[in-house]
Amino acid sequence: MEKPCQIKSIPLSSFRAAKPEKKQNQHAPAPVRYTYKYREIPLQRDVGLAVREEKEEMGYCCNNSFPASSHVLLTDLSQRWKCPKLQNLRHKGQFHGSQKASKVLAFYGLKAPPYKLDALEPHMSRRTLEMHWGDHHRGYVEGLNKQLEKDDILYGHTLDELVKVTYNNGNPLPEFNNAAQVWNHDFFWESMQPGGGDMPRLGLLEQIEKDFGSFTNFKEKFLEAALTLFGSGWVWLVLKRNERCLAVVKTSNAINPIVWDDIPIISLDVWEHAYYLDYKNDKGKYATVFMNHLVSWNAAAARMARAEAFVNLGEPKIPIA
Amino acid sequence: MGWFQIGPKQAQQVKISGLGLKFKGTPEKPRPASPTVKFSPFVHCRRHTRLLQSSMALRTLITRKSLGLGLGVSQSVRGLQTVSLPDLPYDYGALEPAISGEIMKLHHQKHHQTYITNYNKALEQLHEAMEKGDSSTVVKLQGAIKFNGGGHVNHSIFWKNLTPVHEGGGEPPKGSLGWAIDTHFGSMEALVAKINSEGAAVQGSGWVWLGLDKDLKKLVVETTANQDPLVTKGPNLVPLLGIDVWEHAYYLQYKNVRPDYLKNVWKVIDWKYASEVYEKECP
Repeated sequence: MEKPCQIKSIPLSSFRAAKPEKKQNQHAPAPVRYTYKYREIPLQRDVGLAVREEKEEMGYCCNNSFPASSHVLLTDLSQRWKCPKLQNLRHKGQFHGSQKASKVLAFYGLKAPPYKLDALEPHMSRRTLEMHWGDHHRGYVEGLNKQLEKDDILYGHTLDELVKVTYNNGNPLPEFNNAAQVWNHDFFWESMQPGGGDMPRLGLLEQIEKDFGSFTNFKEKFLEAALTLFGSGWVWLVLKRNERCLAVVKTSNAINPIVWDDIPIISLDVWEHAYYLDYKNDKGKYATVFMNHLVSWNAAAARMARAEAFVNLGEPKIPIA
Repeated sequence: MGWFQIGPKQAQQVKISGLGLKFKGTPEKPRPASPTVKFSPFVHCRRHTRLLQSSMALRTLITRKSLGLGLGVSQSVRGLQTVSLPDLPYDYGALEPAISGEIMKLHHQKHHQTYITNYNKALEQLHEAMEKGDSSTVVKLQGAIKFNGGGHVNHSIFWKNLTPVHEGGGEPPKGSLGWAIDTHFGSMEALVAKINSEGAAVQGSGWVWLGLDKDLKKLVVETTANQDPLVTKGPNLVPLLGIDVWEHAYYLQYKNVRPDYLKNVWKVIDWKYASEVYEKECP
């Protein structure tokens, strides 16, 4: 009989997460490692702050029990989540009802674009980015968090999953608009880069040429889709899972291709707020500038490479023996 | 035949009966019974009757065209009724500070004009497809016609719904419409609050309407998406007031704060026009 394996005793303290050091920036968001037993906390609507306090404390002590069930996935937290006030209140042990109105429980965070807000000048002005990201995108995030506060079922999803779940196969729940718009805008910022445009290279270019004939043809199709879209919406270059080819797809309002299980590669926001400040009503010029100067083929290539892990685009070349 | 050609097919649509001209299809506005025809030097010469008829036809067509431009409808020689941009009864800057002059100018000259251009184009294509019997193209064009035609219809109503403050903009309705509002909604404030909340809740682009159900004689508040006209929500609905909540209608001034736009636009709403439409339907 085998000897039972020796389990080295590991000190419990190594499991416990390090407390945020007080000397660090007080505004830094809490680290992601905390797990919350959300359901076990009685949800009292008028003690919003107190709930968060309890959560943080519980986070400290139950960190070594890794529950298999739900957890909150926090991305970069919204800058408006006022951490220092929270710590003050914990010390005071009180909270004021008037303050609760400005607090939002952050389930999903506002992700910043991977470049500075003025990096896309002159094609997309800093003003547009400030409004589009700072007001619209942030508004969607806060709206989503507010809606999720009231909901008890939609919990523990990643943003991708949340979009698909709230889409509800064509009968969208009220949270869908906000969730999908948050996802769409995250995707959109990453689809652009300063000094973008030009052409894709290597594998992505080959795939585009295979599916559209030529890159020029694809560009025309993309611009045409942007111009013929009625109302607000998005234009996408997607990799279709079933057809196993790239296609240009236009969607209305907040819908995006992941609800149909397709894999988007790049996107263009053709809601009016995306271009009105810079181009007024000239949607065609905006779309052309996007294609020529803004679109990030690097990001597209990375997404394509990841997509090829899920969609078999070519038969494996098995030599005949 | 004359100085210009009218084929027999088109002549069916453009019936030349004496001095009057009849058109197929119902125009949106009441038109004068017959256009004025200037005194023609040929009028007493019997030998030139044919010439007279064609000259009068030409003249009436030309005057009809010039009249039509003022009314927002014009006609091309082929018999296809196209539309043109109606003039605003006020200056672009007259609605300040509720709606800025820049927005009004862009809205009227660019957006509305684009809808009209694309609508006319779609109509021509539809006309050709119908003549050829190409059903699939006919059906394919319906989307473009609904969108661009709806855009033209909605915006034409919208310009009439607005008026500067010094011409009565924002004055609450008196008479039967005011009474109907109080009956159906409780008060003017309640109606305004309802329209504002529904308008703010429209996702994406659309319109918010105060409509009248002709059959039930009831006032309703409805929203439509994109450029769908109010009739898409109910065939008996007559639009009394429409507010454009597309972003182009307020973005340059109010940025993304649509509720502010909705609060301020009431200062320039023309209730007199809404009352007229209401009294016509519910005398």
